[in-house]
Amino acid sequence: MAYRNKKTKILQDSMEAHMKASFSPEEAFAFAHHDAADAERGGYSNYSYWRSTFQAFKKNKVAVFFVFVVVILLLFTFIQPILPNQKDPLLIYEDANGQRLSNLSPNGEFWFGTDSIGRDMWSRIWSATRTSLFIGFAVAGVEIVLGILVGVLWGYVRKLDFLFTELYNVFDNIPQTILLILISYIMRPSISTLIFAMCLTSWLQMARFVRNQIIIIRDRDYNLASRCLGTSTFRIIFRNLLPYLVSVIMLRIALTIPSAISNEVFITYIGLGVPTYTPSLGNLINEGRKLMMDPALRYQLIFPTVVLSIVTISFYIVGNAFADAADPKNHR
Amino acid sequence: MLKYIAKRLLRSLVTLAIVITIIFSLLRLMPIEGYFPNYDKLSPGQIQASLTSMGLLDPLPVQLWNFISGVFQGDLGTSLIYRVNVPITQIIAEKAPISIELGLLSVGLSLVVGIPLGVGMALASLVKQKKGVPSLAKKTALGKCMDAVGMFFATIWEKLGTIFIVVIQAVPAAVYYLFIQLYGTDLFGIPTLFNKNNYATWILPVVSLALGNIAYYAMWLRRYMTDEINKDYVQLARAKGVSSSGIMFRHVFRNAFVPMIQYLPGSILFTMMGSIYVESLYSIPGMGGLLVNVIQRQDNTMVQALVLIYSVISIVALILGDILMSIADPRIKLGKKEEAR
Repeated sequence: MAYRNKKTKILQDSMEAHMKASFSPEEAFAFAHHDAADAERGGYSNYSYWRSTFQAFKKNKVAVFFVFVVVILLLFTFIQPILPNQKDPLLIYEDANGQRLSNLSPNGEFWFGTDSIGRDMWSRIWSATRTSLFIGFAVAGVEIVLGILVGVLWGYVRKLDFLFTELYNVFDNIPQTILLILISYIMRPSISTLIFAMCLTSWLQMARFVRNQIIIIRDRDYNLASRCLGTSTFRIIFRNLLPYLVSVIMLRIALTIPSAISNEVFITYIGLGVPTYTPSLGNLINEGRKLMMDPALRYQLIFPTVVLSIVTISFYIVGNAFADAADPKNHR
Repeated sequence: MLKYIAKRLLRSLVTLAIVITIIFSLLRLMPIEGYFPNYDKLSPGQIQASLTSMGLLDPLPVQLWNFISGVFQGDLGTSLIYRVNVPITQIIAEKAPISIELGLLSVGLSLVVGIPLGVGMALASLVKQKKGVPSLAKKTALGKCMDAVGMFFATIWEKLGTIFIVVIQAVPAAVYYLFIQLYGTDLFGIPTLFNKNNYATWILPVVSLALGNIAYYAMWLRRYMTDEINKDYVQLARAKGVSSSGIMFRHVFRNAFVPMIQYLPGSILFTMMGSIYVESLYSIPGMGGLLVNVIQRQDNTMVQALVLIYSVISIVALILGDILMSIADPRIKLGKKEEAR
């Protein structure tokens, strides 16, 4: 308040000074020039959506910590195979006598031990994390592309609204897990089958959200003005409408990954997942499960589940914290 | 209201028809081995003969019609591999009761635990905001506890609750179910395998199934309660002299509970999917375990029937959620649900 009073005072003073001063006609009708310092004096707010989002996010210390976890995890998962002294995740290790080195507990040679047929758990876990993250990102990518495409059409083209809404109401009722089971049962088990099955209906939610947002902002004054000035529809959609949706898109990526990983584990358990020779978190956990009643071999279940939990929890927390931070209601 | 319900039912029927068609036509793409218990031993002639007798060589629309009319007469076909030539309805009639019991027990448990957890978290965040137990919460039992132990208790309650919710929501159910089985059998000496007459063996499956719903209820109840507490009518009620516990339970809690009905379908779906996994982990002779079993043995007619039943249950759950919602909250404009959110 004191700040505002001070500003008002400065403004009043300068106006009075102008009034008192006498001008010759040439001076009085001269063109005004833009003066940054003068412009600053009229109550200009330097609100920037992204800066506020970032500041709100920074306040959440837990989320900032998990951002680092996510970044380190992603980097490490992808550079792990080119680090020195890494083993092949598919190779079966044998000792000098040709005996398989199976079920070795963690040691200096095999950091996380070996599995029941003598493969290195450490490299298998990271290879599995790559597979699972790949599935997650692929599903999120399809969801975003399809969701935005359909959502924009649905929201922007008025004639399509009724048709799409009815279609949505029908298809949204199809239970996703059932469809997932059915598709994986019918098609040959592979990574692409899983991705296909998960993508089939997951984008519906995204499309509906995009449509609702577009309907809200489509007829705002600035869009009306743009249209009157002859901006092409394409440009209006990409420059005026989609930037509003960036936060939602980020949230979807962050939340789709845990759910895709979790679906993979579930489908693998019921025997329809990725083929067993491809390391994936679902496969590792499933193999570990078979040995879990033997306390000495329990590490084969615990290591993959710990890595999986870190991945899913950090994506989940970062996604939620980002969604909160991106909500203008939480900006101050 | 009636118009809305009729419209909603009609839409679900269309969905159901589409689902049946999808399930049916997709399963026709399966290799025909799934229709024979002993495919390798049969001659091509025998295979042709039995395919014809099962009607599998008829034109597809005819097959679809036979299937649909069968479904509406309560005939789901016969199992061909799992239990040869036993009607599927009979198998399901044997298996369903135990799944239903398990599901109801777990939903009951999750309400009993989830509601106090959520209410407690909402109160705890009030305590933390106001730096002390507000008189609004003081009269309630939980508020009294919090008043006694103070900030410390509130902080612990909120922190632990949040951690619990995040972990349960983020970690795949398949993973924490495994750990419950592992440490449940280790630490408490409960037998791993389910036995209908030994009540101790019911504990772990019911708890596993309930955890997800507990987190779900607690999370939303907390959010809605916090929203309600900050509304103007609460101020008005206080000014009018309504007692604190009256405000809390007659106004805030009730209003916060209305949108919870919306999550009913979700929790039913969750319990159903969880039961597929939990039942097969503990070898419970229910429907979920059956689905995993027939998938692994590739019994096509059984998969078809079970997938159909599961989709019907979830479609019914969605209808129920919508109808209950429109009864509980008359403000919800019928048919405008999509715009409202």
